[in-house]
Amino acid sequence: MRELMDAEAAMRTLKRVATEVVEATDGGETLAIVGIRRGGVDVAAVLANQVGAERGEPVPTGAIDIALYRDDAATALPDPKIGPSSIPFDVDGRDVLIVDDVLQTGRTIRAAIECLLDYGRPRRIWLAVLLDRGGRELPIAADFVGKKVDVPKKARIDVRLATDESPLGAFVEEKVSG
Amino acid sequence: MSTVAPERAFPHRHLLSLDGYSREDVTQILDTAEAFFEVSRRAVRKVPTLRGKTVLHLFYEDSTRTRTSFELAAKRLSADTLNLSVKTSSVKKGESLNDTCRTLGAMHPDIVVIRHGASGAPHYVAEKMDARVVNAGDGMHAHPTQALLDAFTIRRKKGTLEGLKVAILGDIAHSRVARSGCRLLRLFGCDVTVVGPRTLVPKHFAEAFDVKVEDRLEPALEGADVVMALRIQRERLAEALLPSLREYSRIFGLDGKRLKLAKEDAIVMHPGPMNRGVEIQPDVADGAQSVILDQVEAGVATRMAVLYVLHGQGSEAS
Repeated sequence: MRELMDAEAAMRTLKRVATEVVEATDGGETLAIVGIRRGGVDVAAVLANQVGAERGEPVPTGAIDIALYRDDAATALPDPKIGPSSIPFDVDGRDVLIVDDVLQTGRTIRAAIECLLDYGRPRRIWLAVLLDRGGRELPIAADFVGKKVDVPKKARIDVRLATDESPLGAFVEEKVSG
Repeated sequence: MSTVAPERAFPHRHLLSLDGYSREDVTQILDTAEAFFEVSRRAVRKVPTLRGKTVLHLFYEDSTRTRTSFELAAKRLSADTLNLSVKTSSVKKGESLNDTCRTLGAMHPDIVVIRHGASGAPHYVAEKMDARVVNAGDGMHAHPTQALLDAFTIRRKKGTLEGLKVAILGDIAHSRVARSGCRLLRLFGCDVTVVGPRTLVPKHFAEAFDVKVEDRLEPALEGADVVMALRIQRERLAEALLPSLREYSRIFGLDGKRLKLAKEDAIVMHPGPMNRGVEIQPDVADGAQSVILDQVEAGVATRMAVLYVLHGQGSEAS
């Protein structure tokens, strides 16, 4: 088990990403943030906090579950870990920032985009990830990357955000399984 | 709104009745249905989950709400749907159920949803065909998706199914809704009382389903959390077992005055279609405690959940 990013570094990183997001979206006026269940939700919450502080008013935040949009839904055993998606704002005409913890194949992001489009027609969809580990299987790239990491293909990365004591702390661990 | 269904492979291939279904199985379907309930309220009320799958609806009995509800459920999951209703099919020309199964089996449907007047017909189809089979009501035997959508509605309104007091009124004998409902509610330890004229309550119902039986409405309604009125099934000759519908309505009809015996926040359910003025009075059917339209809305989400949990089953088993 190796620590890829400690809590402090994760916070610093997300703060920087928040600044970049606000800059890129012209002050973030039409911005909304959507986390991908489940790993992306905590990261999205921290990022929304930072962006909110930066632009001086809270950002509308939501969560989506991509289980129903998986490209292997028809062949995979159903493991109905489905939580309801909740998008408590109108996505039409907005800049929607999709947030996930780790970007690898890009398949999850493809599904998330498809899911989001079922809620309406955003002005633009952006993507922010805390870690980019490479290994893309689709032509997808993140607009904002916390950190690029180099880990073995089979390694599992756990991103955990301590939510009770310090809501803004983060741990990133690497486990090599199998 | 953050119910997350447990990560668990669904252990059944078919939904023929709730026999053999555990509390966990039912809970898994209801939790999954919560996610689909949300889908039905989006701008685009459709998800691509069952794209490329074929769902065959085989209806040997007339049905409006169950058939449309199943059809909508399959369509919202992006499955291709085929509808075969008896009036237009070769069944009218004398084809046997066995031959129908063989013919339709050659089209390789992934899921068959069947309603049939004969109890046990879905079991027969499940044996004859490769597809997963969902019972949409067979004779007087079972109607499991109705029980599930009722449970979904109750859970949403009451927060839990656990230990509720439930009264089921009316034509118990002909009711597959009552049978499946009792089976499910007893799994969650509900205190279930069925009540109706003796001619419409089977002799051994209490023992078979582990519920209480009453001859009079009052003790059943007293303190109830949920009151479920059943339809007098005229097409199954229920009337022949009653002196008159007016007398039935006077003694067993659910009206505002009688409903007061139940808890103040009790909910009123009816599987539909209603005989207004017979088993239920309009003031109750349309009243503040009625959740009859919620049941209809729950039907689509619950049936989506059933199709979803069954669809991937046995891809390695078959």
